[in-house]
Amino acid sequence: MAGPMKMRATLAGGNTDLRVLMTHPMTTAQSKQPLHFIQNVTVKVNGKTVLEGEISQAVSRNPVFTFRLKGGAKGDKIEVSWLDNQGDTNKIESAVA
Amino acid sequence: MTRLCLVLAFFCVPALAQDSPFAKYQQMTAEGSPVELFELVGEELWKKPQGPNNVSLEKCDLGKGQGVLKGAYAALPRWFKDVDRVMDLETRLLHCMTTLQGRSREEGLKRPFGNADTPSEMEYLSAYVAGHSRGFKVNPGASHPKEKESYALGQKLFYVRTGLWDFSCASCHGEAGKRIRMSELPVLSEPKAARPLMATWPAYRVSNSTFKTMQWRINNCYRQMRTPEPDFGSETVNAVNMYLTATAKGATYRGPGTKR
Amino acid sequence: MDSLRRTLLGALALAVLKPWAALAAWNKDAFGAKTPQDALKSMGAFDAAPSKDLVIDAPQIAENGAVVPIEIASNIPGTTAIAVVIEKNPFPLAAKFDFMEGALPFVKLNVKMGETSDIRVVAWAGGRQFAATREIKVTIGGCGG
Repeated sequence: MAGPMKMRATLAGGNTDLRVLMTHPMTTAQSKQPLHFIQNVTVKVNGKTVLEGEISQAVSRNPVFTFRLKGGAKGDKIEVSWLDNQGDTNKIESAVA
Repeated sequence: MTRLCLVLAFFCVPALAQDSPFAKYQQMTAEGSPVELFELVGEELWKKPQGPNNVSLEKCDLGKGQGVLKGAYAALPRWFKDVDRVMDLETRLLHCMTTLQGRSREEGLKRPFGNADTPSEMEYLSAYVAGHSRGFKVNPGASHPKEKESYALGQKLFYVRTGLWDFSCASCHGEAGKRIRMSELPVLSEPKAARPLMATWPAYRVSNSTFKTMQWRINNCYRQMRTPEPDFGSETVNAVNMYLTATAKGATYRGPGTKR
Repeated sequence: MDSLRRTLLGALALAVLKPWAALAAWNKDAFGAKTPQDALKSMGAFDAAPSKDLVIDAPQIAENGAVVPIEIASNIPGTTAIAVVIEKNPFPLAAKFDFMEGALPFVKLNVKMGETSDIRVVAWAGGRQFAATREIKVTIGGCGG
């Protein structure tokens, strides 16, 4: 059961700044808990994949990413999703303000 | 480990310069912090009907009127007529949970402090409410006699030595130039030190990987001082909070912060 | 009969609900590499040429290694991917991002650093690899607020 996920997409200087906040323990091999971390992050704009991230346990707990999308217009539909090593997923959709 | 930290504190090592080498780190972490997540979840909890009365907290009076959030946090702690006592944010939230929502005090107090895996409702709500005071000047109540009493008590508590190790707040926070390992120890009885700090509490604490509030911070200090932990929402904690906030009076509140 | 039907429906539901799980790629070898050289080799980036157009913005000293903010921007034309390698981490490869049409080669993220280390950023552009390095010192703070 994934924790809350939030996103803010704002037009800036002709491009779209995308800030994504994820709730995830991102536990490492060094902790005593079972390994649990996000492996894949996908960003789609109006249904088309524009970014694929492969990440690891070296990314901080409760990851916060800033991406930059080319151009962009009000109303563009942005979707960010993640998948972790235990098969859990979460996603969020939002329109550019 | 904590004992080691406190032992090291007595090795009065000169603190880092005002132009802290951590300035860039603090700036960049604040810009990419999970803090916002807590504010957004806090909004959901504020608006969620709960308790036997099945109502939300949206009519809670935090001092500026029912449901008025803008600037409310920056004006706390303050005296509240309906209870004839001084309350800080969390104490007041607990009050609204019991009076508006009909929840029992026990239920409200069951888990005021959360952890990285499960933050507490109080922590999410604190983030949400505090966020609405961004840009407002820190200005806790100071005119009512009970507010003055609270300040006086807080000031007294700051210097009272107690507990197993005979510590007071001033033992760590009363003298310039001290640090514990790499953390500077600000002299909290001075406005110039209190202001930047009180302007950014409550905060996401990286070392806890979660959001922490003033009730927690004060409680945790007492714990580190090896005194019994004060009760949540007690006169003691509210008084210390009042003292620290009043000392920071005039600072522009920057919103829930991000700390080491 | 009813339970069999439920099991089949459940299996079908799982198959439909997690198709993405099967398709997402994750470079196990690169992320499992225990030295920066092995991590770079796994990604075919061992001979990356230094480039000043690969910009790393990060603090010189991090107060807490659990959260170290890094911002990377590639001004190298045609950049299609960026990888972050933390040399002294037990598993040096921290992340790799592929940028398709519509995304700029830019990312800001928070990483964990076990100790003071060089951060090596690699960019893929026009069939070649480029790299930039930055040292970040890590301290552990005290026990207070």
